[in-house]
This record gives sequence, C-alpha cells and structure tokens, in this order.
Amino acid sequence: MAGLIGKKIGMTTIFSPDGIKISVTAIEVGPCKVIEIRTKEKNGYEAIQLGFGEKKRKASTKPVATYFEKKGTAIASVLREFKFNNISDFKMGDELKADFFTEGELIKVSGVSKGKGFQGVVKRHNFSGVGSATHGQSDRVRAPGSIGASSSPSRVFKGQKMAGRMGGDNVSVRNLKVVKVLVDKNIVLVKGAVPGHRNSILELHKK
Amino acid sequence: MFSLNEILTDMHKNEFPSFRAGDHIKVHVRVIEGDKERIQPFEGHVISIRGSKENRTFTVRKISGGVGVERIFPYDSPKIAKVEVLKEGEVRRAKLYYLRNLSGKAAKIKAKKR
Repeated sequence: MAGLIGKKIGMTTIFSPDGIKISVTAIEVGPCKVIEIRTKEKNGYEAIQLGFGEKKRKASTKPVATYFEKKGTAIASVLREFKFNNISDFKMGDELKADFFTEGELIKVSGVSKGKGFQGVVKRHNFSGVGSATHGQSDRVRAPGSIGASSSPSRVFKGQKMAGRMGGDNVSVRNLKVVKVLVDKNIVLVKGAVPGHRNSILELHKK
Repeated sequence: MFSLNEILTDMHKNEFPSFRAGDHIKVHVRVIEGDKERIQPFEGHVISIRGSKENRTFTVRKISGGVGVERIFPYDSPKIAKVEVLKEGEVRRAKLYYLRNLSGKAAKIKAKKR
C-alpha cells in the first residue's frame, strides 16, 4: 500500500459545505523525501523508503549519518518503507506532499497509541466488573472475577486477560475519510480520531 | 510545525455585527428544499452565547404560537446567511435561561438606553 509519513497536529471541528459539523484530525504530511528505492532485482521486493523530518548530525549516530551522507541528502528523523505499485515513477530525492491524497478518499492511519500505564481489566479488556457496589459487598466493582477452574487444569491458561500495561501499541484505523487537503500548508484533515498524542509520527496508507 | 489556530484561519468564517445576550436579532438561515435554496429568518432574543473559537454558539429564543422555540446556531455555520441586530436589550446576566419560566409581560426585555 502506498503511503506517506505524517505528524499528528491535533483535532478540531470544521463545517461541511452543507452545514454539518465534523470532527477532524489535522495531520502534517511530509514533505517526505524518497531516500531509496527497493527493487525486485536488488532487494527481492519492491518498496520505497521515505524520510520525514530533519535531524542534526550531532544528534544522529554515525551509521545513520553515513547512510544519509552516501545518499547525499539531509538526515531524516524518521525512515519508513512503503509498498508502491509504481516504483518506476519515482526517483531518489523526489518529494511527496499533501497533494498525494485527494479529498474524499478513504485512507488507513497507523501509529502508536497513547500510553495508559498499568490499567485494570475493566478499562483494559472491557470487563464489566463483579457484582454490585451495595448489598454488603465492597471492593468488587472493578474486579476481574474468576481466572479459571480449580484442580483441573490447576493452572491459569496462557493469554488470560488480566490487568497490566495498556496503550503504546501499534494501532491502525481504517477507512478514515480525507475531508480536506490544504496543499499550501501541507496538511490533510481526516474525519475522526487517529492513534497517538500530538506530534506523534503516523503512517498514512492509501487503499 | 503548525498550530491548530493557523489551520482554522483557512476555514469558513461568518461576519456579522456583534451582539450580546438580551439583544433582539434576526438570523437569516439558508434552507435547502429539494434543489432550491431559500432564506428563512429566525427572529428572537439571544439568551446565551457560549464556547470559544470554532465551538462558539449562540441560542436564540422566540415565542411562536404561544410556544417557546429555541435554536442554537454555531457562529461559523455556513447555513447562516446574515444576522441583523434589531434591538439591544438591557439585561443583567450573560445567560437568560430564566426567561424560560416567564411568559407574557414578565418575559419582556427592556431596550437599552442610548
């Protein structure tokens, strides 16, 4: 799937032309530079490596800096590969911008979700909790309940849903509509929410 | 690095005279019937202005056939064609929800002295 790297700016609302308010997420897309083209002959698969953002030489490790030096481009802070069907249309150094997307198109947005810390089963796995808060009960409202049978199997099955660290996972949201493309500001407005906090790095995939 | 405010400057903005709670205004609303568009006025008192920036709305209350009717308009809604301020009202509150419990002469808003 062809795609670009972007940065989440934040959410706001805009009006559609017929006067309906829609919640949108503003995403700064690119400019993404074509750093390398992976070909079938050389790499066994076809893809395009895109770079996004800037990084100082001082802040980069030597192998990274050398890689970009060989390419003859500035050091990008994010490097991602995307499958493109038409890799022959691109050449190294090409810049891909917001006009890569068209208004009304459905895209997939992937990113790392916000970290929620250590969470109980009610928030983490949508459990309902045990019992009621009254009738002499206490401290059972958000409890997980039984985690398995007794002497047989006399162990807890692997994968049992329990409390633990939540968030910070790779999350994709599919079929998000591109509401507006602001070409001069290099921003797309996408209907609905996308994973991650403000300024987090996102991948925007075309269908 | 862009701030959200910068993006919003590109969006549709309505420009109409400023008004406050208690003012008597006429809102010209675009109504689409079939494929025809016409303007329908909604006249009444502003009883509340709330929110900020893109989420700002105002509430207009009128008495229609003895029944109180309220409509909430987002400031920048493209459905608003025009707003006219007919009368400025003298009120002591920003939210005039108490008008809902009053009727007839008690619900009258004094005009502002000039």
